[in-house]
Amino acid sequence: MTLPRFALVAALLVVAGLFLPMVIPNPYYFYAGYVVLQYVVIATGWNILGGYAGYTNFGASAFFGAGAYAAAFLFKAFGLPLIFQILGAAAVGMFLGVATGYLTLRIQGVYFAIATVALVIVLETLVHNTEYLGGASGMTHIAPPPPAWFGGQTQFVFWVMLVIAACAVVLARWLELSWIGRGLRAIRASEPAAESCGVPTLRLKLLACALSGGVMAAAGAPYPTYTSYLDPVSAFSLLIGLNALAMPLIGGTRNWKGPVIGALLLASVQQIATVTISSEFNILAVGVVLIAFVVLAPEGLLGLKSAWARPKLRLSGAKP
Amino acid sequence: MSEPLLSVRDVSKSFGAIKALGPVGLDVAEGERLGIIGPNGSGKTTLINCITGFFRPDTGTISYKGQDITRLPAYRRARLGLSRSFQIPHPFTGMTVIENLLVPMDYGATSARKELENAEEILRSVGLAERRDHPAEQLSQLELRKLELARALAARPAILIADEAMAGLSEAEIDDILSVLFELNRAGVTVIMIEHIMHAVMRYSERVICLETGQVIAEGSPEKITSSPVVQKVYFGEQTAR
Repeated sequence: MTLPRFALVAALLVVAGLFLPMVIPNPYYFYAGYVVLQYVVIATGWNILGGYAGYTNFGASAFFGAGAYAAAFLFKAFGLPLIFQILGAAAVGMFLGVATGYLTLRIQGVYFAIATVALVIVLETLVHNTEYLGGASGMTHIAPPPPAWFGGQTQFVFWVMLVIAACAVVLARWLELSWIGRGLRAIRASEPAAESCGVPTLRLKLLACALSGGVMAAAGAPYPTYTSYLDPVSAFSLLIGLNALAMPLIGGTRNWKGPVIGALLLASVQQIATVTISSEFNILAVGVVLIAFVVLAPEGLLGLKSAWARPKLRLSGAKP
Repeated sequence: MSEPLLSVRDVSKSFGAIKALGPVGLDVAEGERLGIIGPNGSGKTTLINCITGFFRPDTGTISYKGQDITRLPAYRRARLGLSRSFQIPHPFTGMTVIENLLVPMDYGATSARKELENAEEILRSVGLAERRDHPAEQLSQLELRKLELARALAARPAILIADEAMAGLSEAEIDDILSVLFELNRAGVTVIMIEHIMHAVMRYSERVICLETGQVIAEGSPEKITSSPVVQKVYFGEQTAR
């Protein structure tokens, strides 16, 4: 599928989403669906750096939380509407990505991973001690009423998240198929070889950091509107960082489908488990599923699929 | 000799207290086939890393086509036409063979837009055409070496530096690689060959430089180097002693 056609399909999905509130009367489905879509965005954003370029980021919640707090701040200080909150949050996420990347990417992979964990703690501590942002006790966020069309705030933010998810997936797919994606895959395989092929490795990694951080922060921006309340413990939750890593690993990190499939699967299971079993159970579920995949299918579901197909390729390709 | 294509002047490099290289000076003429030999740890790969920009030399200058490139990052030098292959093949795993070649074409100085055709032609010239759409991780050792060379060629280099491109290969495979390199040189590419396989480097090179503990200890035609007592002592002597 060509990119314009892919973008068109994404746009049609977004338009279709406009009519969902008329089809589905129960707002709970939008409440749960929002979280699933939010994870599609986070996992897709994470995969730009973690999957394509191979740099593991344990601090997705730092970007998510920064996005959420940036949105809340822009609303509280200037009364900006949601769209500008999202753009502002994405800009903050891009800046954080570049800053973290610049300080750590010069050293190899594992130091970057450690620095991202530190970033979560630094930002959470910062918010804890900022009275304007509500400190440790959090802040209420009373968003203006949503457009009447949607019939409710939950349905509205669900649709907003659908738009963000569509944009994120289109961006990820474009990156993947462009010369940038090829450069990032070269970096993932071998940085010296990439450099000797003329790939400006540092610049490309910083670009990936910026885009990845921007997308993950955008995922956090509607969060205050969604919950009407923002506190540092849930905004910088470890579970977000864990999910961001687990979902692409489960789906497969090599292309855009992996994080989408992983997020749809794992986030749905978590939402169902939260209702039917307990809200704590879903953390256990992530842990167990993650271990199972790392051991049994290190290339994710898509890797399993291509491993299944590979023997056929060998038969047709190789001489006897 | 007209102005050299590549000129290395008083270059040295230390790692902590260990002086790995230099000061070393050498010139490479356009279209030349230069062999660099020397025992393990003599500074061959360090010299290559300084020339290609993976290390920044502590002293000295490196100029290429009359331009001082001592401070240029590696990817900029690659775009200028300085291409290298690695001692241990570094394939781009997760990509097909042909896609491996598209990386230097995407990022290189080549303005040619007929990328796929060019890449296919290069694959044919090294004998990898049949493996075009196979994932790089499925290649054999010989094929990986060929891919390493093919990828270096895809950048349309003016100078190719082959760092032990033949290590671990059989005689027939060595002949394979050598003929690719001869062909390449006939097409006008300057080749610097770093090699431990003596008969290969002596057969290929027009001029040979021998390094020992970071210094050039001998330089000249293959015949001269083979018969040089200094070289025999540090190099061949060492090998026969093993």
